[in-house]
Amino acid sequence: MFRYTIRRLLFAIPTLLVISFIIFALLDLAPGDPTANLPLTIDAATREQIRLSLGLGEPFHIRYIAWLNQFFIAEPLNILEEWWGGPIGDSAGRLRIRSWSTRSPVVDLIVERTPQTLWVVGMSYVVGITIAIPVGVISAYRQYSWIDQAGTLFSMIGFSVPTFFTGLVLIVIFSVNLGWLPMIYDTTHRVTDWDSFIYQVEQMAMPVMVLALFNAAQISRFMRSSMLDNLNQDYVRTARAKGMKEHIVVMVHVLRNSLIPVVTVIALGVPQIFGGAIITEQIFRVNGLGALLIGGIEAADIPLVQTLTFIFAVLIVAFNLIADLLYGILDPRIRYD
Amino acid sequence: MTDAPAIRIKVEEQKPHRSLWWDVWAQFSTHRGALAGAAVFSLIVLAVIFGPYLHTIDPGYLDYKAKNLGPSWVHPFGTDNLGRDMLAQVLAGGRVSMAVGFTAMSLSLFVGASIGVMAGFFRWLDGPLMRLTDLFLALPLLPLLLVIIMLFRDTLRHAFGPETGIFLLIVFVIGITSWMQTARIVRGDVLALKEREFVLAARSIGTRERRVISRHILPNVLSPVMVSATLGLASAIITESALSFLGLGFPSDFPTWGRLLFDGKDFLTLTPVRVLWPGLAISLTVLSVNFMGDGLRDALDPRIRGR
Repeated sequence: MFRYTIRRLLFAIPTLLVISFIIFALLDLAPGDPTANLPLTIDAATREQIRLSLGLGEPFHIRYIAWLNQFFIAEPLNILEEWWGGPIGDSAGRLRIRSWSTRSPVVDLIVERTPQTLWVVGMSYVVGITIAIPVGVISAYRQYSWIDQAGTLFSMIGFSVPTFFTGLVLIVIFSVNLGWLPMIYDTTHRVTDWDSFIYQVEQMAMPVMVLALFNAAQISRFMRSSMLDNLNQDYVRTARAKGMKEHIVVMVHVLRNSLIPVVTVIALGVPQIFGGAIITEQIFRVNGLGALLIGGIEAADIPLVQTLTFIFAVLIVAFNLIADLLYGILDPRIRYD
Repeated sequence: MTDAPAIRIKVEEQKPHRSLWWDVWAQFSTHRGALAGAAVFSLIVLAVIFGPYLHTIDPGYLDYKAKNLGPSWVHPFGTDNLGRDMLAQVLAGGRVSMAVGFTAMSLSLFVGASIGVMAGFFRWLDGPLMRLTDLFLALPLLPLLLVIIMLFRDTLRHAFGPETGIFLLIVFVIGITSWMQTARIVRGDVLALKEREFVLAARSIGTRERRVISRHILPNVLSPVMVSATLGLASAIITESALSFLGLGFPSDFPTWGRLLFDGKDFLTLTPVRVLWPGLAISLTVLSVNFMGDGLRDALDPRIRGR
């Protein structure tokens, strides 16, 4: 297991390097001038100076290596420094990835936006799982009953109806017609007392429900089929033959074994959820990572978009690895070595 | 005694002729959801194709006196903030969304099936092509799609005109980023098929590789390809709508379902019903396609068929 982990980690390095190269090259070699959005009154010489100050004077491979150095060495050292308290090495001389539009370090922008996304995305995943597992268990236990049919329909609707439509429908129902929930997520809201906590719950309700419905639809399908695989196994018959109570057979024996593949599916889905959050954040105006990405794209802020896209890629690679390792840990039949 | 076998042959001849596709249809039609999906989907396709001939208002016609109207006989779906007729826009948008969906799906199927067949059939291509597939699966697709469209939009607009350019761009990026699942499924099937006796027989009589692929391999991977075609169509329509919804798809005067939702979301308090029509259209299309895919998967699986 340990050797497998090391091998996978070593394998992830070239993958990430290739992905970072693709992302960097795609953004860098694309047509279009980064100074094109500046006012036309700026003359050509100043424009050239601005381009040089953005680091565009260097050839492509130098800029790529500089970016790699900033992303993999300089920025992690800066984060370490904050934890450590004191300076590590030459902290003032380290180049940081700077956003073109705000001129502040990209990592600071990302750190600023991450909590909102994590709250909404994390809560929606938790809610989605808590809906999906009971639905999947009941659907499988009562296969082909009306409750199973209803569960199938629910999950079909859940992953067919796009989140940008369910979100708008929820807004129309709960904000426009009933007036119960706020339409826009207020990121500056601070929870200080009970009332502000209630407001926080209210403003999170809709974005979380939209994503949770989508997650629950997918996970409940996996849960159902995994339960069905296990319910017909010999050990279930043995447990029943020993005279165990039915709820112990289902809730302890079958459920625990059925959760193994579902846990890996849950881990694999995490990066997709961040992708889906881009759309949900746009609907409810959540000021998170997705909004940062869209804003960066619209402002042609290449360093910001490069870094953020690469972070999404790192998430995908990392959670693929986590899913595989979890599978190996949870299922004793699987041995990678 | 002598004429007994003749009678038996006669009885066998009287049985109705059953072809493979007849069996598939028989199984498909027992799946109620799939039948309903097929009916709804054909209805939407027919409405999108022939609707504009029946409801002849120009989707781009601005009528300021009739803006923000609710549903009426003249405007069955109401009008938007510029007085454009919503039904006409939904129908016109459906044409674009469907065209994008079908073209992108065909492109992704073509790429996926070719890569899958090549990786499965030629051993020396297997490693590199599967690494390529893994690499594509590790790319953050939605951010990349947004970035590509942002970067290449203007260039393609200049080259092919505003509408064709963005159509080509969107179809290309959706097709090129959604072929991986098809490739993996097809590769797995080809790997198994390649070792079967009929392929060995074909090789042993000296059939060329191209002919083995086209005559013996391709017809046998048709069913997984058809199932991923339905899933691909659904996801292509959703992706196009998502891009348009984020404001990075088609321009505003060129309606698609996602674009109509994007334009309508700023008028939720004024005309909430405006987002309902394009949203329902997307949802019903995707739902019906997914149900069809479900039925098709059962119908094309010989282990389930006939039970």
